[in-house]
Amino acid sequence: MSENKLYTVSIYTENNIGLLNRISAIFQRRHINIESINSSASEIENVSKWTIVVKLTEDQMKKIIGQIEKQVEVIKAYYHTEEEIIYQESCLFKIKSDLLFEERQIQNIIKESNARIVTVNKAFFVLEKSGRRSEIELLHRELSAFGILQFTRSGRIAVTKTPMEITKMLEAFQH
Amino acid sequence: METKTIKNNEQSTSKTIRISGSEAVVRSLIAEGVDVLYGYPGGAIMPVYDELYKFQNEIHHVLTRHEQGATHAAQGYARISGKVGVAMATSGPGATNLITGIADAQIDSTPMVCITGQVGSHLLGSDAFQETDIVGISTPVTKWNHQVTKASEIPEVIAKAFYIAKSGRPGPVLIDITKDAQFEEFDFKYEKCTGIRSYKPIPETNQVDLQAAADLINNAKKPLVVWGQGVILGEAEAEFKAVIEKASLPSAWTILGASAIPSTHPLNVGMVGMHGNYAPNVLTNECDVLIAIGMRFDDRVTGNLATYAKQAKVIHFEIDPAEIDKNVKTDVAVLGNSKETLTAILPFLKENSHTEWHQKFKDLYQVEFDKVIRNDLHPTKDGLTMGEVLKEINEQSKGEAAIVSDVGQHQMIACRYADFNVSKSNITSGGLGTMGFALPAAIGAKMGAPERDVVMIAGDGGYQMTIQELGTIFQTKVPVKIVVLNNNFLGMVRQWQQLFFDKRYASTEMENPDFVAIAKGYHIDAKSVSKREDLANAVKEMMETKGPYFLEVMVEKEDNVFPMIPTGASVSDVRLE
Ligand SMILES: Cc1ncc(C[n+]2csc(CCOP(=O)(O)OP(=O)(O)O)c2C)c(N)n1
Repeated sequence: MSENKLYTVSIYTENNIGLLNRISAIFQRRHINIESINSSASEIENVSKWTIVVKLTEDQMKKIIGQIEKQVEVIKAYYHTEEEIIYQESCLFKIKSDLLFEERQIQNIIKESNARIVTVNKAFFVLEKSGRRSEIELLHRELSAFGILQFTRSGRIAVTKTPMEITKMLEAFQH
Repeated sequence: METKTIKNNEQSTSKTIRISGSEAVVRSLIAEGVDVLYGYPGGAIMPVYDELYKFQNEIHHVLTRHEQGATHAAQGYARISGKVGVAMATSGPGATNLITGIADAQIDSTPMVCITGQVGSHLLGSDAFQETDIVGISTPVTKWNHQVTKASEIPEVIAKAFYIAKSGRPGPVLIDITKDAQFEEFDFKYEKCTGIRSYKPIPETNQVDLQAAADLINNAKKPLVVWGQGVILGEAEAEFKAVIEKASLPSAWTILGASAIPSTHPLNVGMVGMHGNYAPNVLTNECDVLIAIGMRFDDRVTGNLATYAKQAKVIHFEIDPAEIDKNVKTDVAVLGNSKETLTAILPFLKENSHTEWHQKFKDLYQVEFDKVIRNDLHPTKDGLTMGEVLKEINEQSKGEAAIVSDVGQHQMIACRYADFNVSKSNITSGGLGTMGFALPAAIGAKMGAPERDVVMIAGDGGYQMTIQELGTIFQTKVPVKIVVLNNNFLGMVRQWQQLFFDKRYASTEMENPDFVAIAKGYHIDAKSVSKREDLANAVKEMMETKGPYFLEVMVEKEDNVFPMIPTGASVSDVRLE
């Protein structure tokens, strides 16, 4: 049996209510936890793109891709290893404003991490950081020492290093 | 979803007319060639029923006595006719009652369209009276489903529903229509769907794979074919026969593959799987090339996967790419519709004989005959066996009846011993194993093929799960032959209790009512037999009766079905006793 690995799944679909149910059920039936999920517009008009991160064996991954592609509204599904994609996650930290002025160290952390201050008021300020999971985790660790009021992280979004043939497939349908 | 449609053919109404959503439902069904549908009315679907009343000369609605019955009837109709079965129900409890039949149709790849009424769209999500999220509930057991909230969506969605249900690997589709959409008026015109952008029903066949498969088959010393329903669904019976005859391939079937070639065909070596025949099960683990055609390596077929056909090269002919390597790793996958792939491979196949290999099947058949079949078909003890009832039905029907079986011991006996000499003759719940399937499915089957004899075989347990459909039979006068093999037990469970639970017969013994009186209460001719000397005449009387007929046969209480592959065992460890 092969080992569990982190895979990023890209799914191009028709934009349709109910598809989330169908897709998540495919993972749920097999007891596979979805690490993160994101659905958005894609480069093609009226086509949605889903990015799902899961940890499983390649064998399981292949079977699941088969089941996903079987769904009527799914145009095409792909899976990629970490090396095959460029990806980002984004996160927000809410932190007491006092710290921003009193702790010099925090200002350094913000500068070095390339995080961005979204807003500041009397009570708190909000930091936004996009990057790889490890960068976000590092920043989280560093800020934890001072106290974080709220933290949230988005699902992964990713593009592949190689081109995808989805557009060609869609053109073929029109003829 | 982007779709393609045919315009201006005879099925399409190119001119528009202003009608209600409910009338559009009925007109759309008629445009799809639906002549019969099964269902049960209720508040949220009443506008459609009102239209059905108006259109009753064009489309026949059968009132089943339970919505589950409607789905099974639609399945029986679809399985025997190859057309799409249609079932209809109201919202809430009506809709949820459809679920068992939908799940059954999904796993057995049966084309079915279910239409449910739904509360008004302004009430959606408010826990309104008889509101359930049927789209959510049915999602895992439908090929596709959709909720309609605007009348103008109806024709396109129904056209899509039929296209999806029927094309590629068939399956059930559910359309949920809110009550306001049923009332709303719009400009109706109907165009059949011929394509959906995101949906590719039939994968392309790769010529290299086809050639590789042909090479493997040509070089095989001990080939074995296992075919499934894909042959029947692809209407590839003739092509299949040509392929196995040319290369002289011993061929075994899964339950749903039964009847694609006649039982009497010399290359037909019987059924595989848990209660299948001895030879094909044992020789699965001896063949050098296993050719799977339109089947999905269900666990009831393969037993323990770790020991299944490990020595063999595996070729898989399949329409659904998700089935490839799902359970059994293949060496060559030939994707495509079975009719096309089998047609394409034929010229590449060499004529062959495999005489010695065929002899092995014959020898093992003899072993099974001596240990099992003789006792089942020619018993010497007093009690009637299920097998001899089937033998009698074969004789009286000349092996041409369609057999609709329920789930349990009688099902396995029916599959093992019924003669299937006409395609689409074994109508049974294969993948879900749904007790209660047979009686309503028999109604649908007889309506789907009125020219055929339809004989239903059920146990005393499963029969009582949908016994209320006797009312449907009485009202429609559909002449189905109902056979209940009564052993006063939930026989199949009792068999497992005997073999694996030290004979602790927990809740499997059944005290049964007077089944003949019940049938007669529904004005159905009925008889009960318990003696061997009465069997032949009773079956004859049943077959000769013009109308519906109920026959109860009291069979041996504690007979077992053998051969048997216990769960988790290897196919070659099949037990004969
Ligand atoms: C709806 C449903 N419930 C339970 C079962 C489990 N089950 C499988 S076979 C069987 C016994 C069937 O008994 P009967 O209908 O009398 O037929 P027999 O086995 O005696 O021929 C049961 C309970 C099932 N398959 N379906």
